[in-house]
Amino acid sequence: MDLTAVVDRIKKEIPQSILGVSAFREETTLEIRAEDLLSLCRFLHDDPEMAFDFLIDLCGVDNLPREPRFQVVYHLCSTKTRLRLRLKVSLPGKNPKIASVFPVWKAADWLEREAFDMYGITFTGHPDLRRILLTPDWQGHPLRKDYPLRG
Amino acid sequence: MGDNSTMILNMGPQHPSTHGVLRVILELDGEVVVKATPDIGFLHRGLEKLAESKTYHQCIPLTDRLDYVAGMSNNLAYVLAVEKLLGLEVPPRAQALRVLLSELQRISSHLLWLGTHAHDIGAMTPLFYAMRERDEILFLFERVCGSRLTPSYLRVGGLAQDLPEGFEEKCREFTQTFNAHVDEYETLLTRNQIWMNRTQGVGVISTEEAINWGLTGPNLRASNGNWDLRKAFPYSGYEKYEFVVPTGKNGDVYDRYMVRMMEMRQSNEIVRQVLDKMPGGPVIAQDPKVIYPPKDRVQESIESLIHHFHLASAGFPAPAGEVYASIESPKGELGFYLVSDGTNRPWRFRVRPPSFVNLSALAVMVQGRLISDVVAVIGSIDIVLAEIDR
Repeated sequence: MDLTAVVDRIKKEIPQSILGVSAFREETTLEIRAEDLLSLCRFLHDDPEMAFDFLIDLCGVDNLPREPRFQVVYHLCSTKTRLRLRLKVSLPGKNPKIASVFPVWKAADWLEREAFDMYGITFTGHPDLRRILLTPDWQGHPLRKDYPLRG
Repeated sequence: MGDNSTMILNMGPQHPSTHGVLRVILELDGEVVVKATPDIGFLHRGLEKLAESKTYHQCIPLTDRLDYVAGMSNNLAYVLAVEKLLGLEVPPRAQALRVLLSELQRISSHLLWLGTHAHDIGAMTPLFYAMRERDEILFLFERVCGSRLTPSYLRVGGLAQDLPEGFEEKCREFTQTFNAHVDEYETLLTRNQIWMNRTQGVGVISTEEAINWGLTGPNLRASNGNWDLRKAFPYSGYEKYEFVVPTGKNGDVYDRYMVRMMEMRQSNEIVRQVLDKMPGGPVIAQDPKVIYPPKDRVQESIESLIHHFHLASAGFPAPAGEVYASIESPKGELGFYLVSDGTNRPWRFRVRPPSFVNLSALAVMVQGRLISDVVAVIGSIDIVLAEIDR
């Protein structure tokens, strides 16, 4: 099993989910349609051939002034096939919302809370979406590019 | 029947056993934990935002201050990510030295963990012994880079400079006596009845749950997860050295203790092998666009001076793209996700913090246990708040 085989399987099962495939420095990145994220993640986790049991990381990226402004980046890893895969979902700058992948990987719990805290991205279906690093009364989302860097 | 049977108890953020500024809100039924909610962020310094306004070279000291008990490991993970982004090859001597320093760092981090974890549970003696050995390692680091805790010794493309005179000999001396010291620590704890009662069966997490919660490092291996990045995705020449990856069966606090003790011995083994097999050659790559010219040239040649000045002020541009590189740090998988927009500063500097993800499973591990077990479990996860909060 290698990454091209993984991509081919995804194209067979959930073809509409992949908006783009790119490779850089021997890493494969898939651009995913936001609506298909949760079903794709379930497939990648549950399918015995894919077996992406690890959600290594989940973070946000702000691409201001480009639209779509936000991206949520998922790094997956399979202990069985020893493959790593990156998924990216693009979200609009106004009211960014994406399904939570907590039902698939519990590691998403705190990782999504951090992305919400730092970027203001809402994860629908998250059991307890609130700020994690900053105080509950904090205004603004610091990692956004229009949030100033100050001491 | 009103449900006023539970009590909320606040643990931290100032608490000797939370290993830094961690607050845990405990909902208790008597002394049994019904729900434990960690509250973090007291050490949040906005490192990821800071890094966006620094050149790639300037970010190296920031990484020291993540997991501050394992500075070399953080440096390594970051420079590996930048080297991957640039497509830069590191010479073999630099790779060997990186392995040497990472393994010494692993021993140092585990020694600190041992001392503080045992101390939390009530065994105060191991702390003094562990600190004695850890001090020797910190003296070694001081020889190499001038600093004990914040090395900033690794550079994009290799190391800042080669080893000083006498380092290899001192290091070898350390490896010769270290195993006997680990035996000493084990006589204090491993078959100690009180230790076993406090740690066996406590804070259990199964392999599947551990993987689902994203646990990595000794925490996963203690839950019978045979997963070590040094074996699964070898980096920096780890495939050249022979070592065993210890695993535990039960996934309790005792197994996490045993796994880390064995890892210290294995790290000692690796250090010995690196010293025996150390290649010669340069300790930094030959790429004038990225690497500073040697200092003696800078003082004599105007071109080198200009070159140095340009790199120090503007840095080097990285190709547009994104990379993720990770290492097996003493805490688990430490990764850096860098997004470059083609300029000399990272567009996105994301740290994948092992302690952050490991701590998120705390609530599951202490559910239904006593308060004293919470203390034992927090210690066994081995967290550094600086890495959690960044």
